[in-house]
Amino acid sequence: MTSVTMTVNGKSVTRDVEPNTLLVQFIRENLRLTGTHVGCDTSQCGACTVHVNGDSVKSCTMLAVQAEGADVTTIEGLANGDELHPMQEAFKENHGLQCGFCTPGMIMSAVDLVKRNPNPSEDTIRHELEGNICRCTGYHNIVKSVKSAAEKMGG
Amino acid sequence: MYSFEYERPSGIDAAAAAHGEDDKFLAGGMSFLPTLKLRLAQVDKLVDLGGIDELKGITVTGDTVTIGAMTTHGTVAASEDVKKAIPALAAMAANIGDAQVRNRGTIGGSIANADPAACYPSSLVALGATVHTNKRSISADDFFVDLFETALEEGELVTKVSFPIPEKAAYAKFPNPASRFAMVGVFVAKISGGARVAVTGAGSSVFRQSEMEAALSSNFSSDAIANIKTPADDLNSDIHASADYRAHLITVMAQRAVDAAS
Repeated sequence: MTSVTMTVNGKSVTRDVEPNTLLVQFIRENLRLTGTHVGCDTSQCGACTVHVNGDSVKSCTMLAVQAEGADVTTIEGLANGDELHPMQEAFKENHGLQCGFCTPGMIMSAVDLVKRNPNPSEDTIRHELEGNICRCTGYHNIVKSVKSAAEKMGG
Repeated sequence: MYSFEYERPSGIDAAAAAHGEDDKFLAGGMSFLPTLKLRLAQVDKLVDLGGIDELKGITVTGDTVTIGAMTTHGTVAASEDVKKAIPALAAMAANIGDAQVRNRGTIGGSIANADPAACYPSSLVALGATVHTNKRSISADDFFVDLFETALEEGELVTKVSFPIPEKAAYAKFPNPASRFAMVGVFVAKISGGARVAVTGAGSSVFRQSEMEAALSSNFSSDAIANIKTPADDLNSDIHASADYRAHLITVMAQRAVDAAS
């Protein structure tokens, strides 16, 4: 076992883990934050996307020990109390989800996308979301959601 | 994953010292962690290079762009310095994998892994880059040996890659739509006194297309290579594309790259 300490959604957490524990296992099973989903478990679908030091990463393809000292944000850390993050609000308003399984990862990717591209074109949004797979929506309303949120986030 | 020990040194020498016989260096882990998860590999210890600050960063001097081994594709893609000095390199990095992969994957990890369909090897070979390790400097032509095989010795660590700035260059990729790996990718560079053409995704390892290089050296235009065919004999054939199709794509991608070169 190795001790790992990181900040998750603003709170410092320390746990003993096996070195081969994935970050997503750590988040879901050790911290019981089950908003981060495991879809494909082969680093393709993006349902497990979280932010590590502000950058979107697939937490099924990162070890928990690699996040030592890092600042991790999961979907649970986005809203401000009862007030949804503008990206969450935009997905709700624009019908950017159907079954909702991909949504936490989609939203975490979208927040990072807007951070790097404050005023993204439709092409940019589609290119930047290539790492997130949705089997329901056909992506059209997801793109609309991201565009609308980017405008509200001050792009 | 099988179990393993884990160490996260903070310097290059400490990393080299920590690496034993059945150990592996871990860079971004975008290829190696999936390999471990599928139990296609087993290690005694992972030596994580993520805590070594001296392996990160980009510097541009008069005629050279130098990129630290642990610099991510996302950092290269977003670098104003790289965009100005070698725009083709920044554009290539911007289309590796997906955004999350670009946030973790590194140049050092990509070239040390030497996946036959990876993008980076073609840029090193076409631009005539030099790979620096903790022991020596290796020209890109000598670095890539074969399928997943490089000139690196056991325990040798890539520290940085230096790219001479070309007159112009471009990379054109026909991506596998699922993985974004290159079915065929061609990097062309116009350099003083000639041209270099490197092909990835088509063979067991990146290779130079010397017939195209000769044609482009005297006339850097897509017409000059329109009728140059690459023999399909040694090219890859799989469920995604036949060797003949890949051979055809080499000419098409090379022409697109020449037309796009800036």
